[in-house]
Amino acid sequence: MADINISERQAGDVTILDLEGKVTIGEGSVSLRNAIRRLLGEGKNKILLNLGGVGYIDSSGIGELVSSFTAVNKEGGTLKLLNLTQKIQDLLAITKLLTVFDVYDSEADALASFS
Amino acid sequence: MKELTLPSRIESVDEAAMLADEFARTNGCGDDVMSAVDLAVRESVANAVKHGNKFDESKPVEMTLKCSENELEITVRDFGTGFAVTDVPDPTDPENLLKVNGRGILFMRSFMDEVEWDNPPGGGMKVKMVKKRN
Repeated sequence: MADINISERQAGDVTILDLEGKVTIGEGSVSLRNAIRRLLGEGKNKILLNLGGVGYIDSSGIGELVSSFTAVNKEGGTLKLLNLTQKIQDLLAITKLLTVFDVYDSEADALASFS
Repeated sequence: MKELTLPSRIESVDEAAMLADEFARTNGCGDDVMSAVDLAVRESVANAVKHGNKFDESKPVEMTLKCSENELEITVRDFGTGFAVTDVPDPTDPENLLKVNGRGILFMRSFMDEVEWDNPPGGGMKVKMVKKRN
C-alpha cells in the first residue's frame, strides 16, 4: 500500500490537495513534491494542502512542506495549510513554522483568504 | 535488551520503528512513551542511513533497545564520518526557518528526555536516547 494518497479538487482558482497517509522520508515526501511540481507546471499556484488525513509526518515531511511553500512562492503563488492534526501542529510549533505557514481549521475560511 | 543490525536504506526506517514499537509495547510502555520512541527511532535511523552512512549498504545501522522499570533507552549507530552536534545549525533560527533539512535532531531532543552523541571506537556516530516511563 502506498504511504500516501493525494487527491485533487478545484474550488474556483484554488487547488485543494487532500493528503491521506504518511508524509515521511522516501515515498511520502516524493509524492508531495511531485504533486506540487505538477500543479505549478499546469499554472496552478494557489494551493491549499488539506493535512487532516495525515496520520504521521517526520522531519523530512516537514521539510517537504517548507520546500513546497518556497517553490509555490517562487512562482508568485500561495500555499496554505488546512486541518492540521494536533501532532502536526505540535511539530510546526516546535520548529517555529507556525510563524511561516498560513493555517486554517475551516476550508471555507481558507478559500476566502485566497481572494 | 534487543540488538538489531539494519541495512542503510530508507526501508530500514519503517523496519526500525516497527521493531521499536513492538519492543515498547511488549515492555508495557504507554502511548506517550511509544509515540516519542517512534519519532526518535525514525529520525535517528533516517539520519544514520542518510547523513551518516550516506546510503552505503556496505555500512550497517546498529540499534539497541533497552527497557528498565523507569526508562527506555535506545542507541543508534552509523559508520559514517561523524559530525559535531554543535555544528548543526539551529533550525528555529529565523535565517534557517525555510531550510529543507536539519530538524531531525530538534525533534529527537524535543520528545526524548536525554539525547547524547559520541564517537565510538571503530568510527561513526552513536546517539543514545532515553525516555522516562513516568
